[in-house]
Amino acid sequence: MRTEIRLAAFGGQGIILSGVIMGEGAINDGKNAVQTQSYGPESRGGAAKSEIIIADENIDYPMVVEADCLVALSQPGYDKYASEVKPGATVIIDSDLVETEKHPTAGSFYQLPFTKLADELGNRIVANIVMLGSVCAITGIVDKESLLEAVKANVPAKFLDLNVRAFTRGYEIGEQALA
Amino acid sequence: MEHTAIQSTSAKKHKPAQPFTREEFERVRRVLKKKVQFAQGDVAVAYGALLAGCRFFAGYPITPATETAEIMSRLLPQVGGTCIQMEDEIASVGAIIGASWAGAKSMTATSGPGFSLMQENIGYAAMTETPCVIVDVQRSGPSTGQPTEGAQGDIMQAKWGSHGDYELIALSPSTVQECLDFTIKAFNYSETYRVPVILLADGIIGHTREKIELPEYGDIQIIWRKEPTVPKAEYQPFADDGTKVPAMNVFGTGYHSYITGLTHAETGYPCTDSQPDHHQLVQRLCDKIRDNRKKIIMVERDYENSTRDETVGIVSYGVTTRTVYSAVKTLRQAGTPVNHLRIITNWPFPEQEVAELAGRVNRIIVPELNLGQVYHSVREAVDGRCPVTACGKIGGEMHTPREIIEAINGSAD
Repeated sequence: MRTEIRLAAFGGQGIILSGVIMGEGAINDGKNAVQTQSYGPESRGGAAKSEIIIADENIDYPMVVEADCLVALSQPGYDKYASEVKPGATVIIDSDLVETEKHPTAGSFYQLPFTKLADELGNRIVANIVMLGSVCAITGIVDKESLLEAVKANVPAKFLDLNVRAFTRGYEIGEQALA
Repeated sequence: MEHTAIQSTSAKKHKPAQPFTREEFERVRRVLKKKVQFAQGDVAVAYGALLAGCRFFAGYPITPATETAEIMSRLLPQVGGTCIQMEDEIASVGAIIGASWAGAKSMTATSGPGFSLMQENIGYAAMTETPCVIVDVQRSGPSTGQPTEGAQGDIMQAKWGSHGDYELIALSPSTVQECLDFTIKAFNYSETYRVPVILLADGIIGHTREKIELPEYGDIQIIWRKEPTVPKAEYQPFADDGTKVPAMNVFGTGYHSYITGLTHAETGYPCTDSQPDHHQLVQRLCDKIRDNRKKIIMVERDYENSTRDETVGIVSYGVTTRTVYSAVKTLRQAGTPVNHLRIITNWPFPEQEVAELAGRVNRIIVPELNLGQVYHSVREAVDGRCPVTACGKIGGEMHTPREIIEAINGSAD
């Protein structure tokens, strides 16, 4: 089975790294994964997009056709890609950064305060990892331990503890949102 | 570089380049760490280079090729190699040519704007028969275009970018694993034929992350240039020894070296006013590739047992191939027979393979991320046997499988 995930945000919010970690988590699960990205020439601001395809079989076309899961951490990211999801898709937004009514065709729709939770953990920079934890809990696309292993492998040693806490916190609120 | 000549006297301590020992290979593998990794195409290129024995990299950073230089700058010193950031791309090719003559396998990596600047010295490498690898992670042009967007716009430039008659080899990877594997092949071809080899990657595959598996010693063939063994007094550096690829007199081995971009005699010294000498030299430079096309050209064929009248042909290369794989599956499920020819070796162009496809299909579609480049080579090879339709897309996004299917259905009219 082929699962398509699209992460949309501004440059600087860390979603490309989130995508890399998600792909590596899937590899840790023994699956195939492709992660692609698009971003503007700016180092911050501008639109950023990270796409992950996860499948048991070989992955031919490496891009998202219709997302099974859309995560938006910016208003323009949501506005641009909200319509390009599969019917019944999972749509997840940062409740403080994206304003919208309930998504019209999503099978499930979650508004979670990733950035605010990251602030509470002491550093806004880990909002992308909080988000990963929640996506993991909500979608179950990647095994929790495999994903956490990938988080640890991709963050600076100095911030390892902060990132693990961010992931755990994200996973908790994801589970709560599911309940 | 009208007349750059470097003369070496004998350097007694110099050891000519030697094939990798198992120990050296294992050292590289330890530096590259995990066997299975989730890595970018640009990173896989650097890994392939190190595994092939590349010990010199010179380059100038440019999106979307910079990661190759970053990895080389970090890892080359760990395996006893050298990485230099040059002042520009012209100098980068100059540096890798010099390093190659000093006995090192060498590489540079760039994108369109840099590749344009490199053309002068690529011609010099072709004329002086210098093994080297040039990675072009293609992005949208012309000029500085779209730095962060991938394209396949440099296919013709790879062959025709420098002036005069020459042949070189160009390979197109479509996966991250192939970025690694084809970089090793690129080094092998460059060492075998003493020719610059272009790896035609693109910004999409360069920045895509996928699972790669690193090879072990014995999994891959690693080729080194042929060096002279005749008595020094008898050595003619540019004489044909029957293979059309002379043994290379790496500097410092004591064999007399005189290297010039000017037309040169078998001695290496300029002889610029003799028609027969120029013809003999340049004809050999072209023939050493043309004569070996069967060994150099790689394609993938996925053909059906269907009649010509009902079958459509697709010719693809590089990252676009992956969209075609998806489109072919859908088309076949819908009952349309498709023969898909994937070109791996863009240069020398697989004319016979394309002509053979043309005999099996009623038409050919050529999807590519430009407004029609390989399309022209395909048409030339097809030579009227069937209609050929270009299916170009520019602007940084790949074709979707649907766009290719629509182009095929539309081309039936």
